[in-house]
Amino acid sequence: MLTPVLALDPLLLGEVGLSEVLIVLLKVVVAFAVLLVSVLFMVWFERKFISDMQNRIGPNVAGPWGLLQTLADGIKLFFKEDLIPDRADRFVFKLAPFLSLVPAFLIFAVVPIGGDFSGGEGSDGVVTLWGHDTYLQVADMPVGILFFLAMSSIAVYGIMLAGWSSGSKYPLLGSVRASAQMVSYEAALGLSLATVLLKTGSLSSHDIALGQAGGFGFGDLADWNVVATGFVPFVIFLIAGTAELNRPPFDLVEAEQELVGGFHTEYSSLRFSLFFLAEFMNTVTMSAIIVLLFFGGPAGPALVGPAWIWGLIWFTAKLMVFLGVFVWFRASLPRLRYDQLMDLGWKVLIPAALGWFLFVAALDLGANRGWNRWVIVAVAVPAMLVAMAMVVASVSSARHSRLAHEDHEGAF
Amino acid sequence: METAVFLIAGAFALIGALGVVLNRNPVHAALSLVMTLFAVAVLFVAQEAHLLAAVQVIVYAGAIVVLFLFVIMLLGVDTAENLEVEPIAGQRPLALGIGVGVMTLAVVAVAVIGNGATGARGVTAPIQPETVRANVQQVAEVLFTDQIVAFELTALLLTVAVVGAVVLARRPEGDYQPAPESALDQQRREATESIENAAETVEETAEAAAEADAGVET
Repeated sequence: MLTPVLALDPLLLGEVGLSEVLIVLLKVVVAFAVLLVSVLFMVWFERKFISDMQNRIGPNVAGPWGLLQTLADGIKLFFKEDLIPDRADRFVFKLAPFLSLVPAFLIFAVVPIGGDFSGGEGSDGVVTLWGHDTYLQVADMPVGILFFLAMSSIAVYGIMLAGWSSGSKYPLLGSVRASAQMVSYEAALGLSLATVLLKTGSLSSHDIALGQAGGFGFGDLADWNVVATGFVPFVIFLIAGTAELNRPPFDLVEAEQELVGGFHTEYSSLRFSLFFLAEFMNTVTMSAIIVLLFFGGPAGPALVGPAWIWGLIWFTAKLMVFLGVFVWFRASLPRLRYDQLMDLGWKVLIPAALGWFLFVAALDLGANRGWNRWVIVAVAVPAMLVAMAMVVASVSSARHSRLAHEDHEGAF
Repeated sequence: METAVFLIAGAFALIGALGVVLNRNPVHAALSLVMTLFAVAVLFVAQEAHLLAAVQVIVYAGAIVVLFLFVIMLLGVDTAENLEVEPIAGQRPLALGIGVGVMTLAVVAVAVIGNGATGARGVTAPIQPETVRANVQQVAEVLFTDQIVAFELTALLLTVAVVGAVVLARRPEGDYQPAPESALDQQRREATESIENAAETVEETAEAAAEADAGVET
């Protein structure tokens, strides 16, 4: 009974024989290889792109345009001495890098990377491999998107335990920061994601991609969730996603000026490279998830040739855009202070995501029941404004009394 | 296949549970708890309860145990506890007695009542493979119709808990008392005082020496 786990893939609905198992294995290996190569590319791309923005040349020695620089760095790391600090908790210290690497891999398994999503006749993302119908994704779980959330919450452990097990104060500070930050922003991430699920009506990643594959006239772009959910969830997801990745401007976990190297200060050699790999892999998978949730995943018009190739091409193109956006963030935004980070997460993003989710739900319900849309807007907008005013008022009164208290004590 | 999954995941769940109880290091115990939670999630998947499995990992492994670890790290209680000291006299024999008693009762209850002892039977129809997509809808339907009172009461309970925590953590206005001196603060104060005393002694000695020098010269 393998069916329930990978249930919705047509490959596994019938009899599961040797050829089906081989195809699944092939998909796993290809996904693994694609992710590793994309990390090699991403590291190079980030260094090159950021150099361009800072008027530098960047890596240019190893290979054409420095393309092999990452490979050289990887080999160098591989041959370095592997140190374990005396005061480290040896078992957890060795476990932590894998806890951060494995979820990064697994998330990619639910992302559909290609297939025919052109919105034409009979385009349902199914490709035929050696006579078997299947999807171009490793597993299409009935709860695919929740699997993404579950894995990104497991990734917290890698960072947390790495810092704790090092037996050293800066890594510990880094990991305490990390766990608070990632748990806080997961709430905003989940709430903005809920709006997408509301529009799609399914948790399966394949269905989410399919739901956005209308035709591709100018008006049909409204099928993409970024428009269908009204842009706000996308912005919140992008911010919360960046925080979840611990990428700049939310990289307080490894703020070099404050924490030496953050949670992985004590790691060297292969174990360090695993963290490095996981970090960049997470960037790639987060971009892939953003593309899937808000920009139709592999959806796009098929021009010439077989339609499933165009799925791959569109997906790669959209992915590249978001990889570029993450590098752009890093190049242009200064790091937040920790209290600003927490304020942004809890007092802005979470209420905004929740309010917008309720608004979209009300509009959806109204559309189902045939209510007048403008009446709903006329009721909902003042209600949301009142709620916002209450949040702002309570935050500022709490701040006021805290400041008064500090003055009274003469502290700071 | 299902039996194999059950045996393996069940074994991991038990190993994890034993680890929680037997590990002396709180962080290792918390990690064992994560293993148990994961094994239970696998058991849920084997029962085709995908939503439950995902929620189990997100809520329990992803949020609650992370908070445990957070508190353990922040408070620095990550050293093994001294198990020789018993806060309540005779608690260990008492725990053993109660534990064995409850377990015996449970086993007897299962033997006598049969299937019912572990709780109510399922209230929804079993999930068919072709309706596996509807898993989430089924859970939602039950949660928001038949079980709505329990659901809302749970939400209320959590809100009360949050408000309670905030009230407990808040100091009354204008009633600020400095925190009592901790052992560390006391050590620090004593160390500072002894350093100051030493510095004074050194100064006095130096003055005396200077006077003595002056005496020699004149």
